[in-house]
Amino acid sequence: MIAVGASWGGLKALRAIAHGLPAHFRVPITFVQHRSKESAALRELLQDCTSLIVCEVEDKQPIMGGYVYLAPPDYHLLVDGDEFSLSVDEPVRYSRPSIDVFFESVAERFGPAAVGVVLTGANEDGAEGLRQIAARGGLAVVQDPRTAESPIMPRAALRAVPTAQTLPLERMTPYLVSLDTGEENEQGRRKRTGGTDEVRA
Amino acid sequence: MVVPVGLGAADPAPAAGAEAIVTPTVTDIAAAAEAPVNGYSPDLERIEIQLLLEGIYRHYGFDFRAYAYASLRRRIWKRIDSDGLKTISALQDRVLHDPSMMERLLLDLSINVTAMFRDPGFYVAFRRDVVPALRTYPFIRIWHAGCSTGEEAYSMAILLEEEDLYDRARIYATDINEVVIRKAKEGIFPLDRMQEYTQNYLRAGGTRSFSEYYTAMYDGALFAPRLMRNIVFSQHNLVTDRSFAECNVILCRNVLIYFDRTLQQRVHKLFHESLPIYGYLGLGSKESLRFTGFEDDYEAVDRREKIYRKIK
Ligand SMILES: C[S@@+](CC[C@H](N)C(=O)[O-])C[C@H]1O[C@@H](n2cnc3c(N)ncnc32)[C@H](O)[C@@H]1O
Repeated sequence: MIAVGASWGGLKALRAIAHGLPAHFRVPITFVQHRSKESAALRELLQDCTSLIVCEVEDKQPIMGGYVYLAPPDYHLLVDGDEFSLSVDEPVRYSRPSIDVFFESVAERFGPAAVGVVLTGANEDGAEGLRQIAARGGLAVVQDPRTAESPIMPRAALRAVPTAQTLPLERMTPYLVSLDTGEENEQGRRKRTGGTDEVRA
Repeated sequence: MVVPVGLGAADPAPAAGAEAIVTPTVTDIAAAAEAPVNGYSPDLERIEIQLLLEGIYRHYGFDFRAYAYASLRRRIWKRIDSDGLKTISALQDRVLHDPSMMERLLLDLSINVTAMFRDPGFYVAFRRDVVPALRTYPFIRIWHAGCSTGEEAYSMAILLEEEDLYDRARIYATDINEVVIRKAKEGIFPLDRMQEYTQNYLRAGGTRSFSEYYTAMYDGALFAPRLMRNIVFSQHNLVTDRSFAECNVILCRNVLIYFDRTLQQRVHKLFHESLPIYGYLGLGSKESLRFTGFEDDYEAVDRREKIYRKIK
């Protein structure tokens, strides 16, 4: 599972990421973007950039490869086993959906198979969640704050996970795609798993 | 042990070739078992949460065992943190020996967030697609399952009054939580939300001035007693209690999201049994019949607003 969190400036960043995903991309990828209840068009805006199917998550929807999932506005998104689940719990730090809430559940469920990506944003949501993904052996990726429309969120994420892979936006998708095709360099992977015997199915 | 992989083997594959891509290595899996967050591995955490829920069920009778795990886990940790405890076992100790702690946890576990005319589009669709059918009935029964502090039931009373249907309607509004039912009966809602509710009301197709329905007092907005006259508020547990009446309409919005899929199915069975043919079912805006096994028993009246009609 690739979990991507974005806030201020996120539309452009998410479109850039969606744009680069090849049609055969098979890792489920989920976007959590802060937005108001009324902003219903985000799904369409993202769908315009990719041949993968973009869907706004409904409660208990099964998680499948080949899809780009989008957190619906005004709900928290979580993963529960092999499904998504939603909640209307209070906003966390003024946000619903909260990136932290989603990342924490991804960390719990996917452990080392989780990839957390923190993009542009003007608050500190996502930092704690990314820390938990890293703590469970998952991979932490942060947009290079110098290339972010708003650097606050990526900076906070880097403070929480100083070892996170830092990339400018234009290299983000190629990197995520390399994870899918197994081209990620072994050193990087060893570093985060502490293992030496690289075995890939 | 549950192996954390990108895609579970049991997943319905969307297309050939869909498979776990970020496959964990042996060392990954070992690392997962050992990577503690707050001193916890996911496995140990799950064990302790199961023990806690089992204890609560057997000692107090509240059955949260089939609630959606990820949300439950979050709320349990919130309680632990705000009480300065360290482990789930410590919480269990407190909960089992101190009923007031159980009461607090119960409030945490039953998320009571609600609003009047939440999702105005739902009420617009209800007026347009459901009200005409209700007009043909001599008597109308509506069940709000999981009504929390009652805002939804009052919204429905207002809608029915404006449609000249309220005299022949009865609204059953139920919730597992007695505290919110007591509040609902008072009909007093926070003044500082009236602006939001007024906007919702207008967007929901309200035909009057919203302020006609309440009196502003120093500590809240008191809703007109006439709205209460046909609402019956009572405690009812969707997990353990049975159906109590046949209803023309069941609204259960943002309640089932807290249940796991098996429990959702059970509750849908209860709803199905409580509706006549052509009875209406309304769900929350991101809930769906698609994953419940009851999809074929209903037809969509408004797919977007999640209003369905029982056809078999
Ligand atoms: C988020 S509120 C939804 C309120 C309202 N329906 C709405 O959409 O605004 C969820 C409610 O479900 C209630 N609930 C949870 N478990 C329940 C159960 N087993 N039986 C009945 N009500 C339950 C909670 O107490 C809470 O008030």
